[in-house]
Amino acid sequence: MEPITTFSGKAVALPIENIDTDQVIPASYLKVTDKAGLAEGLFQAWRYLPDGSLNPEFPLNRPEALGASILVAGRNFGCGSSREHAPWALQGYGFRAVVAPSFADIFRSNALKIGLLPVAVDEETYHELLSHIAEDPGTTIALDLPNQRLVMPGGRAVSFPIDGFARHCLVHGVDQLGFLQQQEDAIIAFEAQHPVALNTLREA
Amino acid sequence: MTNPKTLFDKVWDAHVVRPETDDTPAVLYIDLHLIHEVTSPQAFSELRQRGIKVRRPDRTLGTMDHSTPTTPRNELGIIPVIDPQAQKQLQQLRTNCTEFGIILFELGSLNQGIVHVIGPEQGLTQPGMTIVCGDSHTSTHGAFGALAFGIGTSEVGHVLATQCLLQYRPQTCAVRVEGTLQAGVGAKDIILALIAKYGVGGGTGHVFEYMGSAIRALSMEERMTICNMSIEGGARAGMVAPDETTFAYVAGRPYAPQGADFEAALARWRTLPSDEGAQFAKEMSLDASSLAPMITYGTNPAMGIAIDAPVPTLADMPDAASRQALESALAYMGFEAGRPLLGHPVDVVFIGSCTNSRISDLRSAAAILKDRKVAAGIRVMVVPGSQRVKRQAEEEGLDAIFKAAGAEWREAGCSACLGMNDDKVPSGKYAISSSNRNFVGRQGPGARTLLASPLTAAAAAVTGCVTDPRTMMLS
Ligand code: SF4
Repeated sequence: MEPITTFSGKAVALPIENIDTDQVIPASYLKVTDKAGLAEGLFQAWRYLPDGSLNPEFPLNRPEALGASILVAGRNFGCGSSREHAPWALQGYGFRAVVAPSFADIFRSNALKIGLLPVAVDEETYHELLSHIAEDPGTTIALDLPNQRLVMPGGRAVSFPIDGFARHCLVHGVDQLGFLQQQEDAIIAFEAQHPVALNTLREA
Repeated sequence: MTNPKTLFDKVWDAHVVRPETDDTPAVLYIDLHLIHEVTSPQAFSELRQRGIKVRRPDRTLGTMDHSTPTTPRNELGIIPVIDPQAQKQLQQLRTNCTEFGIILFELGSLNQGIVHVIGPEQGLTQPGMTIVCGDSHTSTHGAFGALAFGIGTSEVGHVLATQCLLQYRPQTCAVRVEGTLQAGVGAKDIILALIAKYGVGGGTGHVFEYMGSAIRALSMEERMTICNMSIEGGARAGMVAPDETTFAYVAGRPYAPQGADFEAALARWRTLPSDEGAQFAKEMSLDASSLAPMITYGTNPAMGIAIDAPVPTLADMPDAASRQALESALAYMGFEAGRPLLGHPVDVVFIGSCTNSRISDLRSAAAILKDRKVAAGIRVMVVPGSQRVKRQAEEEGLDAIFKAAGAEWREAGCSACLGMNDDKVPSGKYAISSSNRNFVGRQGPGARTLLASPLTAAAAAVTGCVTDPRTMMLS
């Protein structure tokens, strides 16, 4: 994976709480065996009208939001299904970060695995961001992952928490699976003494 | 004297391959990895690309459930898969399991079913285990005192390759449910009431341990219903301390330990319950004796009320965001604030899903439908959670009750829970569903879902509208 350090991008707001991963990408798009075509289904129920054309009212479809790479959304973003298709779809569409007051656990973990930054901010910062975007659609936000800082349109910087190991992996392009594979000796030692070994699968 | 530990602490500590450090999460060993066709193909592709084998095929098991049809078998006894995309996805799972040496419960075979129904049914799910699956409702297996949680596809790859996950220790939350349930009120009502009380984000970052007299009194199937929806409360996992009810359920199942192995396992399992004085980071509670059957009126599982209560009004909401959420939910659902749901017409009744598709769920639905008819114009789908549940129901004659009433008796799978196959709720139509999610479009584009127990769903099948099942239970 390409290392991620700092970047800035246009922000678009979806100020809704509890956006579940069924909204991010509905089940009808989950029949793929790869990651292709998911961006098309992103926010499908909101983004398209019943006749299949783009809904001009939906924030992502407004001309000033074209090319946005930072999504600002309400608290508990990504609740529901564990589908990694949700961060894949967001990333496929062009998003590099989601900024929200809070995230559902599995979504946050999935997003970090693929380098889509889940940036948790306090409610005050969230509302400030919303008013910036409302006043100036297409406004830009800067993100600095090594220093865990988000720079607001006015220049105010706020820090955000992020799992330290995930940050390290993203900043240095470290592969988490590779890291786990290096634990092989410890895994073998663990398995040798693990009592549940008695219950390994047997033929029915 | 060691510190008192919670059930969660004991299971976690017994699976730490390398402890958490300042710089790295813990390396956690996984005892059982369940896979299905939807969230695994990209993980296998990754393994193939890197030339990695599955480390423990003997701790990995596959089934087909999400995109499978539930339509009746053809004259050869085969369930035909018409959808080319589903066909391809199922074929990919077959190829992956064959190539990597993983046991697969093939579509239509006696062992196949919803991944969270077959684990317990086969005795794969056991107390004290760590269990994962690329599916958020893996929390179901926590009913056995296992630590079981859903993971994403990248992590499916991690477990396939190393049998381990990188994890930070979550916090624990004690969920006390005391009291005796009234007739007509069940496990589904407990969990819907709990989520209504604490919200869909209430459990974020925590693992629930359900405890108290109401939980102890539940059967294993009912405990599974509750643990299943832990994720709807925001928790990644839910657990119940194993007890005699648990041990009796596990004993003798195909993949459970047998003979002396079982005795040894039992001795370990008995040490799992939380110690006296163990600390939890958070506490929640619910009085079971005051509960009525629950139903949801909105577009997330926390938007639930007692079946005889009115839909909340904007004035009931604590802040602007929840008022807005209520408004858009009611607009989508076509419900009016302050009005009761009782008597509201429904179009579809779905009895199924990993929340409520086990034999006891089907028995409770059949108790209502016996010698009664489905109301005119209502489509009723009864979808057993597994082929074994289906066979048992048929042995008990439940299928005959459903069919005589005018309900559809279908093959096992996820079905209308997420509508990946043709089992969908038409746009704008109302469905009472025994499943776990009422998200916008979950059961099909434009579908309006009311979550409830199988009993409440069956009552609506007879009357054609939202009905308190307690009014139908004495006759
Ligand atoms: S029944 Fe529904 S919730 Fe359960 S595993 Fe299948 S799709 Fe997921």
